[in-house]
Amino acid sequence: MIFDLLGVPPQALFGQLLLGLINGSFYALLSLGLAVIFGMLNIINFAHGAQYMLGAFCAYFLLQFAGINYWLALIIAPIVVGAFGIVLERLFLKHLYKLDHLYGLLLTFGIALILEGIFRRYFGSSGIPYSPPQLLTGGYNLGFMYLPKYRAWVVICSLTVCLLTWFMIEKTRLGAYLRAATENPTLVRAFGINVPRMITLTYGFGVGLAALAGVMAAPIYNVSPQMGASLIIVVFAVVVIGGMGSIMGAIVTGFSLGIIEGLTKVFFPQASNTVIFVIMVIVLLTRPAGLFGRTT
Amino acid sequence: MLDRTSGSLLEISDLQAWYGESHILHGATLHVNAGEVVTLLGRNGAGKTTTLKSVMGIVGKRTGSVRFEGRELINASSNAIARAGIAFCPEERGIFASLDVEENLMLPPQVRAGGLSREQIFDLFPNLRERLRSQGTKLSGGEQQMLAIGRILRTGARLLLLDEPTEGLAPVIIQQIGNTIRKLKEQGFTILLVEQNFRFASTVADRYYIMEHGKIVEQFANSELSKKLDTLHEYLGV
Ligand SMILES: Nc1ncnc2c1ncn2[C@@H]1O[C@H](COP(=O)(O)OP(=O)(O)OP(=O)(O)O)[C@@H](O)[C@H]1O
Ligand SMILES: [Mg+2]
Repeated sequence: MIFDLLGVPPQALFGQLLLGLINGSFYALLSLGLAVIFGMLNIINFAHGAQYMLGAFCAYFLLQFAGINYWLALIIAPIVVGAFGIVLERLFLKHLYKLDHLYGLLLTFGIALILEGIFRRYFGSSGIPYSPPQLLTGGYNLGFMYLPKYRAWVVICSLTVCLLTWFMIEKTRLGAYLRAATENPTLVRAFGINVPRMITLTYGFGVGLAALAGVMAAPIYNVSPQMGASLIIVVFAVVVIGGMGSIMGAIVTGFSLGIIEGLTKVFFPQASNTVIFVIMVIVLLTRPAGLFGRTT
Repeated sequence: MLDRTSGSLLEISDLQAWYGESHILHGATLHVNAGEVVTLLGRNGAGKTTTLKSVMGIVGKRTGSVRFEGRELINASSNAIARAGIAFCPEERGIFASLDVEENLMLPPQVRAGGLSREQIFDLFPNLRERLRSQGTKLSGGEQQMLAIGRILRTGARLLLLDEPTEGLAPVIIQQIGNTIRKLKEQGFTILLVEQNFRFASTVADRYYIMEHGKIVEQFANSELSKKLDTLHEYLGV
């Protein structure tokens, strides 16, 4: 076997591959939301990690205080957190569209710090466990590796949501409105489309995607105030590598970098925490607009 | 009070418009009757495009009055103005690069019943039918202009604002666009046309306005054209 030649036991290789795929699922979902938001609002949503954390906490609260299970949380949390995003957009973000990117970035960064601060105040920094749903406990023994059901679900669910989002944006009439409004909002509005409302809903949708990722993450990583902060740094590197504003780029880059990170853990563990940033530097030097970015 | 313009489809009076601090329109007054083709002439920078944009509500600030079918639109949002039944074809054409030809064509939502069907649009512009899957901006300049006009015919809007549809196009395409405008007029569309190409305008227009420094300085009917040629030369420098 080739694995033996490389001196790596298949168990370790596939284990890390799966781990990479799981991380990639979250990178993809989160960078997708960032790309959707950036495309439409021209805002780099630094609050994305905090909104992911809110999604996880929302699932926890639903279970703890209302007995609402994971499956319903998967639907309710994105709606609740997305609605919170809509309020933020109406109150604050909408004043920034004509200004430099920096203003949106600073505002959303501030929002992230406030949210994370509040949650740290009440929940400390140790994580709260959240059990996977009954249906998804246990796993399959595939012979060459053990596949926990919940992790398989995360990969499939993330991939499905990503591809549905891609389909909606690239292949439907609603998506055509979004793409057109990204290019020339004034003209789209002069055709009779309520572009400001579309922008608000887009932000709500992007935030909802972050919250969905948060719910999916809860059974894997525990629910904690910092869960978003540590992840979002990597996700921004993913976005820089993929190129802001490309939907398929965000998805492909997210999954690929998760896998590359996993493989690095097997073959060169010392670099596993930095490999994404090394790739980011290389991409920035050779293709500053990102692998899928348009250079205009 | 009844005056000469009451009953017009579009009545613009004392229209003032600004881009930021720059005051561009200084009280323009004009009207377009239902079924007419009215041409707005004027030198570069006279404010013709700004007039159309002010009707659509896409300039920084505007005051005065813009009435469409008797309804005041001066404070309406541009999406509401479009929904009222006015369609705009911009000077730069505004074809979307991230949409293919079909998506560009289908983009403007229907605001009323009675727009042209896809087939009717393809009859006017047969080139479009063959290029449906191409990226919008891959079309030639002439085809992009056809697409820009074609897509607003679907919406059911009865008043079309066309900003220099012949700019930079070859004579045969200009002719095709002239034919199209005449056909649209026969079908009952009302058109406010901005043109620099006066010879083209004279083949389609019922009436003319001349604009200078953000004001209307002259108006006349097509039948008075021969008498007005000197005035035209003076204002347009043609
Ligand atoms: N976005 C803008 N911001 C500031 N000033 C503008 C803007 N657009 C146009 N202007 C100015 O407004 C004036 C009128 O411009 P407008 O585009 O209406 O002229 P026009 O009659 O359509 O000219 P052309 O025949 O060249 O298209 C010009 O002096 C122009 O420089
Ligand atoms: Mg102009």
